[in-house]
Amino acid sequence: MNPARPITCILVANRGEIARRVMRTCRELAIDSVAVFSDADEHAPFVREADRSVRLPGTASIDTYLRSDLLIAAALQAGADAIHPGYGFLSENAAFAQQVLDAGLVWIGPPPGAIAAMGSKIAAKKLMREHGVPVVPDNTVETLEQIGLPALVKASAGGGGRGMRIVRDAAALDDAVAGAQREAASAFGDSTVFVERYLEGARHVEIQVLADTHSNVIALHERDCTLQRRHQKVLEEAPSPALDAHLRLRMEAAAVAAAAAVSYVGAGTVEFLLDAAGGFWFLEMNTRLQVEHPVTELVTGVDLVALQVSIAEGHAIPAELLVAVPLRGHAIEVRLCAEDPYCGYLPSSGTFHEVDFGSVPGVRVDNAIESGSEVPPYYDSMIAKLIAHGSTRAEAARRLVKALSGATLHGPVTNRELLIDLLSRWTELDAPGAGIDTGWLDRHDLGTTPAPNAVTIAAAALAVAASRRGRFPTGWRNNASQLHRQPLLRGSAEPVEQVVEYRFDRADVLQQLVVDGTPIEVDTAVRDAVANTAVTVHGGEVFASHGRFTFTVPPMFVSPDDAGRAGSTVAPMPGKIVRLLVSAGDSVVAGQALLFIEAMKMEHQVVAPHAGVIAEVFVQTGQQLDGGQPLLKVDPS
Amino acid sequence: MPVLPDRIDEHSDAYRENRASLTAQLAAHDEQLTKVNLGGGEKYVARHRARGKLLIRERIEALVDPDSPFLELSPLAAYGSTFPVGAGSVTGIGVVEGVECLISGSDPTMRGGASNPFTLKKGLRAAEIARENRLPVIGLTESGGADLPTQSEIFIPGGASFRNITNASAAGIPQVSIVFGNSTAGGAYVPGMSDYVVMIKERSKVFLGGPPLVKMATGEDSDDESLGGAEMHARISGLADYFALDELDAIRLGRQVVKRLNQRKRGPGPRGPGRPPKYDPDQLLGIPSADPKVPFDPRDVIARVVDDSDFDEFKPLYGTSLVTGFAELHGYPIGILANHHGVLFSEESEKAAQFIQLANQIDTPLVFLQNTTGYMVGKEFEQRGIIKDGSKMINAVSNSRVPHLTINMAASYGAGNYGMCGRAFGPRFLFAWPNAKSAVMGPAQLAGVMSIVARESAASMGKPFDEEADAGLRQLVEDQIERESLAMFMTGKVYDDGIIDPRDTRTVLGICLSVIDNQPIEGTRGYGVFRM
Repeated sequence: MNPARPITCILVANRGEIARRVMRTCRELAIDSVAVFSDADEHAPFVREADRSVRLPGTASIDTYLRSDLLIAAALQAGADAIHPGYGFLSENAAFAQQVLDAGLVWIGPPPGAIAAMGSKIAAKKLMREHGVPVVPDNTVETLEQIGLPALVKASAGGGGRGMRIVRDAAALDDAVAGAQREAASAFGDSTVFVERYLEGARHVEIQVLADTHSNVIALHERDCTLQRRHQKVLEEAPSPALDAHLRLRMEAAAVAAAAAVSYVGAGTVEFLLDAAGGFWFLEMNTRLQVEHPVTELVTGVDLVALQVSIAEGHAIPAELLVAVPLRGHAIEVRLCAEDPYCGYLPSSGTFHEVDFGSVPGVRVDNAIESGSEVPPYYDSMIAKLIAHGSTRAEAARRLVKALSGATLHGPVTNRELLIDLLSRWTELDAPGAGIDTGWLDRHDLGTTPAPNAVTIAAAALAVAASRRGRFPTGWRNNASQLHRQPLLRGSAEPVEQVVEYRFDRADVLQQLVVDGTPIEVDTAVRDAVANTAVTVHGGEVFASHGRFTFTVPPMFVSPDDAGRAGSTVAPMPGKIVRLLVSAGDSVVAGQALLFIEAMKMEHQVVAPHAGVIAEVFVQTGQQLDGGQPLLKVDPS
Repeated sequence: MPVLPDRIDEHSDAYRENRASLTAQLAAHDEQLTKVNLGGGEKYVARHRARGKLLIRERIEALVDPDSPFLELSPLAAYGSTFPVGAGSVTGIGVVEGVECLISGSDPTMRGGASNPFTLKKGLRAAEIARENRLPVIGLTESGGADLPTQSEIFIPGGASFRNITNASAAGIPQVSIVFGNSTAGGAYVPGMSDYVVMIKERSKVFLGGPPLVKMATGEDSDDESLGGAEMHARISGLADYFALDELDAIRLGRQVVKRLNQRKRGPGPRGPGRPPKYDPDQLLGIPSADPKVPFDPRDVIARVVDDSDFDEFKPLYGTSLVTGFAELHGYPIGILANHHGVLFSEESEKAAQFIQLANQIDTPLVFLQNTTGYMVGKEFEQRGIIKDGSKMINAVSNSRVPHLTINMAASYGAGNYGMCGRAFGPRFLFAWPNAKSAVMGPAQLAGVMSIVARESAASMGKPFDEEADAGLRQLVEDQIERESLAMFMTGKVYDDGIIDPRDTRTVLGICLSVIDNQPIEGTRGYGVFRM
C-alpha cells in the first residue's frame, strides 16, 4: 500500500478531445496541466487550454506523441509530477509506464506489470483462461486450422480496430497478416499479431472496472459498443439492451476477476463478445481510459478521470461506490469523425471554418476542434464525441439527433449524416432480441450520401451569387436574355454536379429559379425557404444547413491542360506513399493495385483507372502527398 | 443632410395614370427586346446550335464575371428601318476578370451576322465609348461580311472600324479579338488589327480570299483550313496568338488575356460605398406625366436615384424652372441639372452656365435630366436676350470637360436639347426613358408653323387657301413628327445608347459613373467667350 502523494501538475501525453477532457478535470481539481503538441497541433485548442505546453518537433506520431523520451523530458521540464496518457499512443505501453515511474513521476494508469500482462493478448488470454474467465479460441498465426474460419488477425499490442483483419479464406491469411503487422508496427511500435476465431453475430459488451491500491476492485457496469465499422466503434451506450440484471452481474464478476488476476490499479475496461445465446467471451482488457468512458460517467454520475487521479495519489475508491454503483437512465455516445461513410469511409482533412455544437439539454460534447481548427491528416479522424443522457434510450437518441442536426460544422466531410440516420431509428434498428451485431454496419448498405432538396441546392448557389455581390444588383441586365447559371459540386469522391439557374430583379429579389433543369415556381414561400436555409460561403466551399450539405464551386472553365490529365491517377487524400508497386513501362490491367497510401493510420489502395502502360510515375515511396496530387499516368492500351 | 421629401402618393389618380401609361410603353419596348433576343428566328437559331455553337448573348454571358452587371448598348438599333431590330450585333459593357470592357459581337443567326448601315453605326458608337472611357475591347467575331445590297453605305465609312481598332491600340486601349467563325475578306482585318487574337480549332476562318476567289485569281487549288484555319494561323501565319479547342475554351483564353492586361482605373474612384435612396425607385414609373404637357418635379426623380436621397440644391430660389445641385450616386460625386417646368428662360440658362462652370472647377461629372420644351420665345424674352443667355448655357455645355451623362426623362425639344447636353454635345452616355420624345419642336407646333407659313404664302400670291387640305396636311405632318420624336424611333437611329426602364436609372448611371472613372476626371478651366 502506497502512501497518499498529492499530484499538483499533470502532463497529458495525448492530443485532441481526450487531452481537453483530462485538462477539464485538472481544472476542477485545481491541478495544473501541461500539454505536449506536435507541429501539426500547434494551434489546437488543447494546447491553449493547458497551463503550460511543450512542443514535440515534427508531425508524425512516431516522431512526437510516441516519443517516450521527449514526453518524460517535457514533464520534468514543465514541472509536472504525473503523466496522464489518455488513450491510444503510449497509454498501453508498459515500458513507457515504467520509464515514467523511473523518472520519479506518477503514472496515472495501471502498474506496468498489469499493462504487460494484458498487453500481450496471447498471454492475457492464457491467464484469463486460468482464472476462469471465458475466452475465445485463439492461437498464433501458424495454427489457423485449429481455430477455424472466419478468423480475426489482431495486433497483440493493439486496440481500436487498428491492425485488425478478418480472414474468411485461408489463402488471404498471408496478406492479412502482413497488413496487420504493418499497421500494428506503425500504430503501436510492435508488429506482433495473433489470430483468433471470429465470432459472427456477436455483440460487443464491455465492463468498466476501477481498482485502487487498497485491493478494491469494482465494476461500473457495462457499455454496449456493438455498432462498429471495420472494428472501430461508432456508437456506444449504457445500459446494454442485451443485458438483464443477472447477466450484468455475471459479466461484472468476470471483469472484476480479470482485473484482479493482473493486480490491476486504476480505470480499465474488460471487453467481451456476447453471443446470441447469452454466452460471453473475454476479448481483451484495455488498460487505460476508453474513448467511450463518458457513457459510464453519465449513467453512474462519476468522473472517471478524477477517480484515476485520486487512485494514482494513493486514495481508495470512495466508499459509496464500493457499496453500490448507480445506474441511472440511458446514455449514448457517437463518434463524429472526419470521414465520408458514403465513400468507403474516406478520411477527410482540412480546416473547420466554423464549429458550434450549440447547447442541447442532456448532451455533452467532448470535442477536439473549434472554429478555425485544422484537422491534420496524421492522426485519428475522430473530431468530437457527442454523448446524450436521457431517462430512456429513445430520449437519449432523440437528443443526439437534435444536437447533431443543429451543430454547425463548416469544414471537411464528416460521418454526421450517417449518425443522424442511424440514431433516428436506433431503437428499431437495435431492438432488444432482434438487434445488430458487430458486423452489422459493414454488411449494411449505407446507400448514397443523403441528397439535399432543391431549395437547399438553390440556397447554396444563391449564396455564392450573393457573395459576389458588388455595387450593383446581382447579375443586373437591361436586356435579360437568359438566366444566370451557377453549377455546384456535391460529394467528396465522385462529385455530382448540380446546376442552379436564377434571375434576380433590380431590387435583388429572386424572380426565377431552375434547379437541375426543373423550374421552380418562385413565390413568397420559396423565397422564405431559401432565405431560411443557413448557408455560408468560404472561398470555394459552400456549407448549407449548418454544414450538413457541403458544395464546392467548380472553376468557371476547365483548362484543357487539366482535363488532358485523363489517365492520371491522383492521390485520393493527403497521406504518405508506403508502397509503390509499379514503375514506368509496366503493363497494368484495370483495377490493378498501383500503390498504397497511408493516411489516418489506414492503408488506401490506388488502382489503375483502366488497362494500359504506366507512362510516368510522379512520386516515390515515402513521399508525403497532398490530396489531388498526381501520382502516375496510365496510357490506355 | 438635406434629404428630399417623399411626396409621392401611390393612390392618387395622377400616379396611377402615369404608371399605367409608362408601363404600357415599357411593355412595347420589352416586346422588341424579346424579339431581338430571339436572333434571326427559330430556324436559324436551331441551325446555329446544331453546329455546336453558342448564341451571341450566351457567349457574352459566359465571358463576363458571374453575377456582374452587363449594360447592353443600342439593343434596338435599326428599329423602324428595313433591317432587323438590333442590327445583327450586340454591344455592351461587361466586367471580365474585374475589368470593365466594351464587348461587341455579331449575331450570326441574323442574316449571317452581316453588317448593315445600322450595324456600322452601332459599332462605331461602341468604339467611341471604348475610346472615351479607355475600355478594353473584346470583339466576338463571326460575320458574313457586309450586307451587299447596302454596301455603298458601309464600305467607305466602314473603314473607320479598322482604323478605330489600331488607333485605340495606339492610345493604349487593349483590343482583344476572339474569332468564333468567319472573319474573311475585310473582316480579316479585325483580328489583323487587334492586339490579342484567339482562334478556335476548326471554327475560325480568317482569310482575304476563300478557295473560289483564289482559284479565280491565281488558279491555285486550296481549302478553308489551309487558307485561314485556326491551326494554320496559330502554327504557321502567326495571326492567332491563342489556339482554343472550342468556344468555351476561347472564352476562357479571352478572360485569361484580360486578366493580364494590368488595367487600372485612372479616375478618382467613388467616395464611399454608396447608400440606396430612401424611397422606392419603383415609384419612378408613376412620376413622368402621362400627358406630356403636364410638368413634373425632377426632385421626385432625384430622390429615387441618388444616394440616401441626399441632394444639395444650388440656387434653389433662382431660375426655378431648372433644378441644379450636388449629390452622390453609388458613392460617385455628381452635379445634376434637371428641367422642371420644361421651358428654359434667361435665369435658368445663366444658372446652368454657372453650375456647369462650378462642376468643372471641382472636377465633378454632370448628369442632365432632360424634360425640356426649349428656350422661351416671345418679344419680351428675345429683347431680354434669351439668345445670349441660351448661348452661355450651350457654350458652357460644349466646352465643359467633365464627363456628362444624359437621361431624357420625357421631352427634349429644340435648342433645349442642345443646352441639356443632347447627343451632339457629346455626353459620355445618353439614355432615354420609354416615354421620351425628341424633336426640333412639338409636333402640333411644327405642323401649325407649317400651316401658318403656307397660309401666308397663299395670301402673298393671292391664292385661295384650301382649309380642308391644310387640316389634312397638318394632321399628316403632326403624325409624322410625333412618330419620329418617339423614343423607339430615336433609339432605332442610334441617337441614344438605349432606352432604359426608369427604375434602372440609378443602376445605369452608377455603371456609367464607374465606366467614366476609367479616365481621369478633369474639368476645363477655360470657355469660349461668353456673350454678356
